[in-house]
Amino acid sequence: MKTLIIAEHNQHALKAATLVTLGAAQQLGQPIDLLIAGHEISELSQDAATIAGIDRVLTWDHAMLAIPFSETLAPVIANLRSQYSHILLASSSFGKDLAPRIAALCGVNALSDVIEIISPNQYKRPIYAGNAIATVKNSASCQILTIRTSAFSAPTHEPTASLAQVHALSVELPHSPVRFVKQTLSESSRPELNSAEIIVSGGRAVGSEANFSVIYDLADKLGAAVGASRAAVDAGYIANDLQVGQTGQVVAPSLYLAVGISGAIQHLAGMKDSKVIVAINNDPEAPIFSVADYGLVADLFDAIPAMTARL
Amino acid sequence: MNTNHLKAIVAIKRVIDYNVKVRVKADLSDVDLSNTKMSMNPFCEIAVEEAVRLKEAGIVDDILVVSIGPKNCQEQIRSALALGADRGLQVECDVSASPLDVARILQKIQQEEGADIFLLGKQSIDTDNNQTGQMLAALLDCPQATCASRIQIEQNKAIVTREVDGGLLTVEMPLPVVITTDLRLNEPRFAALPKIMQAKRKPLAVKTLADLDIKLTTDIELISVSSPAHRQAGIMLNSVDELISTLRSDAQVQIPKHGEEA
Ligand SMILES: Cc1cc2nc3c(=O)[nH]c(=O)nc-3n(C[C@H](O)[C@H](O)[C@H](O)COP(=O)(O)OP(=O)(O)OC[C@H]3O[C@@H](n4cnc5c(N)ncnc54)[C@H](O)[C@@H]3O)c2cc1C
Repeated sequence: MKTLIIAEHNQHALKAATLVTLGAAQQLGQPIDLLIAGHEISELSQDAATIAGIDRVLTWDHAMLAIPFSETLAPVIANLRSQYSHILLASSSFGKDLAPRIAALCGVNALSDVIEIISPNQYKRPIYAGNAIATVKNSASCQILTIRTSAFSAPTHEPTASLAQVHALSVELPHSPVRFVKQTLSESSRPELNSAEIIVSGGRAVGSEANFSVIYDLADKLGAAVGASRAAVDAGYIANDLQVGQTGQVVAPSLYLAVGISGAIQHLAGMKDSKVIVAINNDPEAPIFSVADYGLVADLFDAIPAMTARL
Repeated sequence: MNTNHLKAIVAIKRVIDYNVKVRVKADLSDVDLSNTKMSMNPFCEIAVEEAVRLKEAGIVDDILVVSIGPKNCQEQIRSALALGADRGLQVECDVSASPLDVARILQKIQQEEGADIFLLGKQSIDTDNNQTGQMLAALLDCPQATCASRIQIEQNKAIVTREVDGGLLTVEMPLPVVITTDLRLNEPRFAALPKIMQAKRKPLAVKTLADLDIKLTTDIELISVSSPAHRQAGIMLNSVDELISTLRSDAQVQIPKHGEEA
């Protein structure tokens, strides 16, 4: 049998999360097809065909797919199910929105946030904010999985000369009742949270949107991405998509600096697999210190500018 | 005042209270929930609150709260009634229902109810699946708006702002619709004592899976549950200088030297 990966892209390049999903898919040890749905994607598809490990690139090009909605994609993908034993998506907001809709149309359950592939039908996934790890067996005829990208890595192979076949799907566009109104993207020149080597996260203690410059300055010195706790996002100091935690982004960088963050279980769920954790907090009793490799009890408004100045 | 007379169904789940850290059973068969404080899943609470606000705005005039679980999930249904829902329905189920089971049960209920708006939490904080709303929308062949942080209902349309990777996405869709709630949609109120008393007299029906002609799915089997790798508490440092030099000597990360941009 074969595996199908549903690509996420920005029209010009595949998202890093899709490459990581490919890394996970290779562990299943069977041929891999990549579906690219979008508009004006021929160049992107040609590029994808050079990625080692992909057997076929399926393309579905339509003006209505420039902003793809799950209502449109799911029925078409569900119709491909007889050809695939596994359909994989990244556990991104796109993948989480789409995978269950495909699964329900196939009449099967989906598995969210797979962190380990034990065999082609046994997996590990975190439950209870990562405070427990479930081992599950999936006996669905077509298994639909979302992959937690912080737990896998992209393949490291060089592009291959033997191109994958590019095959255009000929399908009718399902009617979509959804109309796009607007999109507010948080533009940033900093690295993306889910692929950054270093992340500096600020919590409620940062105190205001303006004060976050303290965090940005340090992040820029370190070439780091910026993250936040829910409290900082709720208070409007920083954009919603930078929330790290059980219900936000799950990250595992080489270095995670938690600044003025108490360390609630919901926050820890999103960062406790980081390689090195540093906590800076003025309360020596803060729970964040119990997971930190290095702790510093200090006022962030003294310690962070001092760090920035010394780097 | 808008008189839309819409009907809303809110599906809620009884889960471990979000302040409690779960323990894994010694035999690794599952987590241990005995003597654990249980509450309404926080995202479900946000969904109930939103339905009540739509009712207060004169847009919705009937809110049915459904919970699928053993008898004690009636406590959470009563809490939702105290917050302002009109009717409750418990679907008796003593084992853990999968997201597809819940979606199929809600689809059956929809055949009798004909609701215009489904409000569900985006995920439950126990199984962390984030699937049920999307599955229900697929089964009903209706649009879905997941991770909502703003909802407007106008002339049989929903205009929903969704929290997505990279920012916010606003979409418009005709009713009926399934909406799943994110954290920033609203802040749920606390029920006042008189409302809690009133809630005891609100109707709460009970149905069985057999009444709804539902057989639970078996495709996902829980083999075992383990504790995650434990992280040792590390070293407390005394100064920013010590922190920087420690990080520099820790081979796992590259910290730029003074004056050198990363
Ligand atoms: C359903 C649900 C889902 C959730 N999901 C998430 C999630 O995904 N991510 C998340 O982060 N949270 C999440 N939360 C919220 C979580 O429970 C905490 O409320 C939140 O993480 C707290 O954020 P904080 O640490 O910034 O704030 P606080 O807990 O208020 O901590 C602030 C910290 O700053 C320290 N401090 C104060 N002043 C200074 C100073 N001058 N210098 C240094 N330190 C200082 C304090 O000692 C304190 O430890 C969720 C909650 C629920 C109910």
